[in-house]
Amino acid sequence: MSTAVLEEKRSESVGRTPVINDFSIHVATANGSGSQSSNSILMRSIFQMGIPVSGKNLFPSNIQGLPTWFTIRASKEGFIARRRDVGVLICMNPETAHEDVRSVAPGAAVIYEENLKLDTLRNDVVFYPVPFSKLVLELVQDGKLRRLAINMIYVGVAAWLLDVDMGEIEKAVAKQFKSKAAAVEINMTAIRGGLDWAQKNLTKRDPFRLERMNATAGKIIIEGNAAGAIGCMMAGVQFLAWYPITPSSSLAESLIDYAGKYRLDPETGQSTLSVVQAEDELAALGMVLGAGWAGARAMTTTSGPGISLMSEFTGLGYYAEVPAVIVDVQRVGPSTGLPTRTMQGDITSTYYLGHGDSRHILLLPGSVEECYSMAMDAFDLAERFQTPVFLMTDLDLGMNNWMAEPLPYSDRPLDRGKVLRTKAELDAHIAKFKEFARYRDVDGDGIPWRTLPGFMDAPAATYFTRGSGHNDRAQYTERPDDYKNNMDRLARKLETAKKYVPGPVLSDGSGSRIGIIAYGSSDFAVEEARVILGRKGTKTDYLRLRALPFTPETAAFIAAHDRVYVVDQNRDGQMYDLLRLEIGGNTDRLRSIRHYDGFPLDAETVIEGIEAGEKN
Amino acid sequence: MSSTAEPKAPEPKAPAVNRAGLSVKEYGGSKSTLCVGCGHDVITRQITQALYEMSIPPYKVAKMSGIGCSSKTTAYFADRGHGFNAVHGRMPAVATGAMMVNPSLLAIGVSGDGDTASIGAGQFVHLLRRNVPMVYIVENNGVYGLTKGQFSATADAGSKLKTGAVNDLPAIDLCAMAIELGCGYVARSFSGDMKQLVGLLKGAMAHRGTALLDVVSPCVTFNNHDSSTKSYKWAKDHEIPIHEIGFVPYFEDITVDYDPGTTQDVALHDGSHIRLRKLRADYDATDKRKAIALCMEAQEKTEFLTGLIYVEPAKKDFLALSGVGSQPIVEMPESSLRPPKKALDEIMESLK
Repeated sequence: MSTAVLEEKRSESVGRTPVINDFSIHVATANGSGSQSSNSILMRSIFQMGIPVSGKNLFPSNIQGLPTWFTIRASKEGFIARRRDVGVLICMNPETAHEDVRSVAPGAAVIYEENLKLDTLRNDVVFYPVPFSKLVLELVQDGKLRRLAINMIYVGVAAWLLDVDMGEIEKAVAKQFKSKAAAVEINMTAIRGGLDWAQKNLTKRDPFRLERMNATAGKIIIEGNAAGAIGCMMAGVQFLAWYPITPSSSLAESLIDYAGKYRLDPETGQSTLSVVQAEDELAALGMVLGAGWAGARAMTTTSGPGISLMSEFTGLGYYAEVPAVIVDVQRVGPSTGLPTRTMQGDITSTYYLGHGDSRHILLLPGSVEECYSMAMDAFDLAERFQTPVFLMTDLDLGMNNWMAEPLPYSDRPLDRGKVLRTKAELDAHIAKFKEFARYRDVDGDGIPWRTLPGFMDAPAATYFTRGSGHNDRAQYTERPDDYKNNMDRLARKLETAKKYVPGPVLSDGSGSRIGIIAYGSSDFAVEEARVILGRKGTKTDYLRLRALPFTPETAAFIAAHDRVYVVDQNRDGQMYDLLRLEIGGNTDRLRSIRHYDGFPLDAETVIEGIEAGEKN
Repeated sequence: MSSTAEPKAPEPKAPAVNRAGLSVKEYGGSKSTLCVGCGHDVITRQITQALYEMSIPPYKVAKMSGIGCSSKTTAYFADRGHGFNAVHGRMPAVATGAMMVNPSLLAIGVSGDGDTASIGAGQFVHLLRRNVPMVYIVENNGVYGLTKGQFSATADAGSKLKTGAVNDLPAIDLCAMAIELGCGYVARSFSGDMKQLVGLLKGAMAHRGTALLDVVSPCVTFNNHDSSTKSYKWAKDHEIPIHEIGFVPYFEDITVDYDPGTTQDVALHDGSHIRLRKLRADYDATDKRKAIALCMEAQEKTEFLTGLIYVEPAKKDFLALSGVGSQPIVEMPESSLRPPKKALDEIMESLK
C-alpha cells in the first residue's frame, strides 16, 4: 500500500483516538467453508508483523454447515487470553449475522456481505458492506473454488482497513499452502482483489489499526496438542493406543505424523513407536497397561467421557503399579454436551479415579511450553512411580493457537524408574535385599522394584500381576494385614511423589494480603487480570498450581494471605473443593471464582470475581 | 498327565526333560483353588503339558487373564513366566499392548464364557479382527461360577439351572463368530478329551496370530446336572470329533507318510505340522465356507463337534499388519527413542 493511500485513509478517521495493536478480530463463518486457512493467514501475518497474537477457534460439533467463529486477539502487551469485547467483526455467515452484530461493543467495526443488509441493526458501530459474492465471481474463474476463495477476500479487506502488511500476507499464504503455486496464486488473487476493492470503495471510519512491533521475533505459533505430541515423542514414547475423541484426537494424530518422520529406526526404517487405534477408551487404557507392564513407555489420549470409561483400568494400574501416561484434553460433556467447548471438568474425578482408595498424580500445564515439558515429565513420573499419570490440558490450550518461545531440547536422561532388567541386576538386588519381592518397600520411599516379562531366564524374577489382593511378594492374599500394609505403602508412594512433581509457581506481588490460586489454561487470564487490578491499585499474589497431589508450598501460600481466590473453569469449583479437603487449616480464607459457560476464561471474569469479593 | 504322542507312532515314555532341559514340573504353578473335579484344572494340566512338549522357555510365557474361575487358572501353570490378571472381560486389550511392544513373548490367555462372550465381547471381537498373536482359551461351562451359577451367553437355549431356571436366549457360538471375524485358528474341544486338547494347544502355540480354543469345561458345582448341555456326561456322550489331531513340532522330522484322502496336513509358519486324520471324509479345515457350515449344522442339530474347525496358517498377524518390526520395541535403547536436537530444531523452524 502506498504512503499516499495510507495518509488519505488516516485523514478520514481523524477525531478518533486510534486503537493500535490492542483489539480482537472476530470472524463468523460456516463450518467447512475453508475459513480456517483465511483466519490462519490473517493471524500469522499479524504475528509476522511482530505483534503478539492468539487465535481461538470456537467451533460446533459438526463437520459442515453450522456456525463457527474464529477470534484473533492482537495485544501489544502480550496478553493472549480470550478478550470479551470484539473490535472488528467479519460477518460471513447469514445465519448468525444479526446476533453477531448485536453482540459487539459500541464503536466496533463490522465488515459484512452487503446482501445481508446489516447496517440498519445498530447505529453505534461502523459498518463496511462488501459485495463478497460479486467480487468472487470476478476474481475466481473456477466455480468449485469460489466457496473457499470468498473467505480470502475478507483477508484483503481487513488488510486494507487494519494496515496488515501485504508482504507478510504473501509469506503467510506461501506457508499455508506450502508453496503450491496454483493454490498460492488463486488465494493471493482473492486477497489482492479484496484489498483493491476496499481501497477504492471504503472510507476508514474506525479506530483499529495494526502497527509493526518487534515482540514476536524468534517465536512460534503452536497448538497445545501439537506441543504435547512433540513432548511425548521426545520422551521416547513407545506405544500409543487411542480412541478418537474431540478435543484430544489431534494430539494422537500429531504424534503419529511427527513419529512417522522422526521416530524411524535408522537401520531398519521401522517405526520405534507402535500405534493402535483402539475399539474404545477401555481398551485403549488396557493396551497401555499391557505395554507398560511389558516395559514400554506407553500412553493414551482422551477427554472426559473417555476418562470415565478408563476408571476401572486406572484403578487396576494404581494397585498393580503399572506405568501409564494418560493425556486428558478436557472439554464439556458427556455425550452431546458441548463437546467442542472448553472446561476444566475432570479435576476431581480424575484425581480420585478408580474404585477404593486411589489418588493419582495429575500434571496441570499452563501453557503450550508446559504441554511439551510436562509430557516428558509425565513419562518419567509414570515410570518412577509405576502408576498412571495424567496430563490435564483442555480444549482451549490443546486446540487453539498460542504464541510461544521455541520448545527447548531436553538432554535430561529418561528416568526409567526402578527396573531390574538383567540377571546381573537381579542378582545384585537379591544380594542386597535377600530376595526380589515385587511389592516390598526396600528403599523406604514406597516405591518397589519391578521386573519385566520375558527379559531374563530367572525364576526369582517372575511374579503375578493383579489388583489389590496381594502381599509384598505379589502372591494372592485376603489377609487384612497384607492389604493394609500395601495400602499404607501406596500412600507413602504418593507422599514421595510430592517431591518429584512440578512445584507451583509463585508470582509474588508486593506482600499483598490477597492471593490467587489458579491452574492450567486459566493462567493467561489471571496474569492479565493481575496487571489490570494492579493499575487500579489492587495488588495480588499468585500461586499457579502445576500438579496434584498438593505440595507444601500451597498450604504455606494460603496461610500467608488473608483471602485466597481459587479460579476454576467449572461450576463446582473443583480445585477449590480439593484444596478444602486436602490442605488442612485456613480453608476459611478460600474464595471461589468459577467460570463455566464453555468459553475460555477471560480476565474480566477474574477481575469481577476479586472486586466483588473485596467489597464484602 | 495324559499321553500326547503322535497318534500313529508307538507311545514313547515322556522324557525326563525336554529340549529346553526342563522337566514338566518346571512348567507348573501354584496349587489350584478351584472346586474338586473342575474341568478347568484338567485344561491347566494340558496347557502345562503342551508348553513342556513344545520346549517353550517358561520365562517367555506371558499368562493373561480377565476375571472369573477360568481367569484364576493362569496362576496354576508356568510360574516361571509373568502373569497378568486384568479386569473382567478386558484381557485382550492388555495382551494386545504387551504383544505390540514385545512379540518375543508367547501370550497365553485364559478366559471364560462370561469373561469372553458377555462383558468382554467387544474386546474379544477386536482381538480376533486384529489377529493379535496369542493363544486364547475359553473355558466354557455356560455359567458364571464365581458368582454362583448365573447363566452365561454361551448357555444353550432351553438349558436349565439347578434351581429350575430355564435359559430362553440363544447361545453365542464363539467358534462361528471367530471364523466370521477372520480368526486363523479356531478349535473346539472338551476338557475330558485330553489327547485332542493337547494337540490343539500345541498347534495353537505354533500358530502365528490369534488361536481360539473354545473348550467345554463342565462346572461341577453349578452346571453339571442332567438338564445341562455343558455337563461332563452330556459332553462325553455327545462329543463328535471331526478328525484326530496329530502335531509334529518344527524340531522333529516328519517321517510318517500320510494318505491325503484320509489325512489333511497343515504346515504352520514355524515349520511345525498339524496332521488331521479325517473322521468326516469331505471336511477341509482350511475351507472357511465349510467351517461356517459345520458350525451352523452343529447348532441346528445341537451336536457337539470338536477339533480344529478352521485354520489359515498364512494369515498376517497384527504386528505384520501394523508394520511393527521384529525387534521388540521394549528392547530398543534410549538413543533410538529420543530424536536428536536437529529434529526438534527443524520442527520449531516450521512453526515460526
